Amino acid sequence: MTGYDLLDLAVRNLRQSKLRNGLTTIGISVGVASLVAMLSLGVGLQQLATRRLAGSGLFDTVFVTSKQDYRGFDREDDAKTPHPEQAPVLDEGARVKITHLPNVTEVEPEIRVMGEVIANGETHFGFVTGLPMSARENEAFDNLKGKFFSSDNADEAILLMDFAKELDPKAPTSLIGKDITLRYGERQAISQDSSDQAQDVGGTNTAGSSGDDYGFSVVRKQQPLRVIGLIEQEPYGGMRTVSRGRIFLPVKTTERLNMAQFTDMRSSLRGASGKSYMTLTVRVKDPAKVQAVQDAINQMNYRTFSVLDATKSLRRFFTVLDLFLGIFGSLALAVATLAIINTLVMAVLERRREIGVMKAIGASDQDVKKLFFTEAGAMGFFGGILGIVLGLAIGKAINFGTAIYLTRRQLPAEPVWIMPLWLVGAAIAFSIVVSLVAGLYPASRAARLDPVQTLKYE
Amino acid sequence: MSSISDPAVQTRNVVRHYPMGESLIRAVDGVSISIEPGEFVALLGQSGSGKSTLLNLIAGLDRPTSGAVLVHSRDLAKMSSEELARYRRNDVGMVFQAFHLIPSMTITENVELPMRFAEVDRDERAQRSRESLERVGLGKRLDHRPSQLSGGEQQRVSLARALANRPRLLLADEPTGNLDSRTGEDILNLIRDISLSMGMTVIMVTHERVLAERFAQRFIFLADGKLVSEEVRA
Repeated sequence: MTGYDLLDLAVRNLRQSKLRNGLTTIGISVGVASLVAMLSLGVGLQQLATRRLAGSGLFDTVFVTSKQDYRGFDREDDAKTPHPEQAPVLDEGARVKITHLPNVTEVEPEIRVMGEVIANGETHFGFVTGLPMSARENEAFDNLKGKFFSSDNADEAILLMDFAKELDPKAPTSLIGKDITLRYGERQAISQDSSDQAQDVGGTNTAGSSGDDYGFSVVRKQQPLRVIGLIEQEPYGGMRTVSRGRIFLPVKTTERLNMAQFTDMRSSLRGASGKSYMTLTVRVKDPAKVQAVQDAINQMNYRTFSVLDATKSLRRFFTVLDLFLGIFGSLALAVATLAIINTLVMAVLERRREIGVMKAIGASDQDVKKLFFTEAGAMGFFGGILGIVLGLAIGKAINFGTAIYLTRRQLPAEPVWIMPLWLVGAAIAFSIVVSLVAGLYPASRAARLDPVQTLKYE
Repeated sequence: MSSISDPAVQTRNVVRHYPMGESLIRAVDGVSISIEPGEFVALLGQSGSGKSTLLNLIAGLDRPTSGAVLVHSRDLAKMSSEELARYRRNDVGMVFQAFHLIPSMTITENVELPMRFAEVDRDERAQRSRESLERVGLGKRLDHRPSQLSGGEQQRVSLARALANRPRLLLADEPTGNLDSRTGEDILNLIRDISLSMGMTVIMVTHERVLAERFAQRFIFLADGKLVSEEVRA
């Protein structure tokens, strides 16, 4: 029999017992709907979590520190490094090497120093942090008041709103466009032969690393800056800085000012050669490449950290969640499978004679088997489509409900239920496959019927 | 009749036994017959004589326990179930006592059904089913359902269906059993006319000897699964 004839006969047969087959199809659709609703919830929740994390700008970032610093965070790694003082420092050479690694788009030092801001004749203390230009994409700047840095070397500052309120409690936004003065400690290298004479390195010695310096002095300096913007929350969730920064400068500006950092103290104790970085923030082209970049930097004997380590467990969590949602969703479909078997076994019993006639006039066992298979598949197909529609309705209800709930709690409404296109196709295909499996037994039972027995005249 | 060397149907010591509980039913017990192409043969006997079982063996609906059933020199006993289905589809047409039409289909659709199995092109199917139904005198009732027809008309549909794939062999199992004698006679007339015009071999199972004598050329008598006698119409 041709495919067309099979389908035609199958649909015709299904319409013969509209109520029974209709109920079975609805049963399948409920099963598909519950499966689709559950899996879409899993997808939605995962996307919600991923969106939050991706917005934080941490997914594509590797933090690099020298093994000389931050001992105690990773005891396992510490145990492997018995002489941290011999580990390489994070200096300009390392930075250049990392910049040239494949898939690395940006390497910026973590600069965080204490400073004082003088505004309206008053002095206020705060941590100064350097920000790369790429920070613009960070979600912290989504509701930036004012502007972002005009260049990575501008004498401009963006302040945290809390800090701005400290400077001007009445109208913090009026600070935008105003000039302030930043007072900070400049690191000035001292060469061995002129230890008593501070070198004026200032803006010229950007790296601050003459190979033979054996110490440095910290000289108080002042730098005028123009406030160009205010932000509510700290970029990168404060993850990039151990303590909270409140004054943000373009990273090149902070480097140019050659601010003395905490690690300079440690380097001076060891007589390390020149300036080193506390932390380098490495941006990677694609989150998928983070692991490779991390491995390459580990090879260079630096300590690395990325949230990929954290997302690994997040992904595991969602895989398990999806599995369980899938299992619960499949339960209804399993029940529907029994309904299909029941319906088709009934149909085989009812149509015994018809099957015998078909065989007598030339249908092969395979034809009969295929016919019942097609009937099962057709129920699966229609049930699948109906299930998708039903699932969509459930999903809309879930999203509507959560939106109301979130809005009532003054939170932005976000979809927690997302049905991707692949799930639509997969659900219908799955529904058909499950129905075909359910049709296996009834179909082979129909095919095995003995025409002589079924045609006996009673 | 044509040459003896190539009979249309030949059975060689064919046996069909069924186990029934503890005992064994010897439905057909070593029957050897030979039917020439174009012959109209009646299988006669009491009920339980094995005539229907023999017909089912020739129809390829059943397989012999032993012996051979040769139709145009091909042994049905050696065919796979797929080959048997193809044989039933293309070489045999069957008419039953109870008509066995599919009630949910129109008579056109009923006649088209064997052509669906034979994968006949849809346009040709419509044309051939119309021709078949016109030949049995039902050309004006193509869209009727079996329940709207009388018994005689239903048997005509059944005959049209049997002819759909233009078989060489027409097998009729008590075709007049559910009909009054006049309608029965009409049907047999129709079967004889068509078989003559199409050159078909006809084997009819019946227990109505009088009726058989008017249409069949030869009579084969069975009793208790064995061949009792053969007679040629005078």
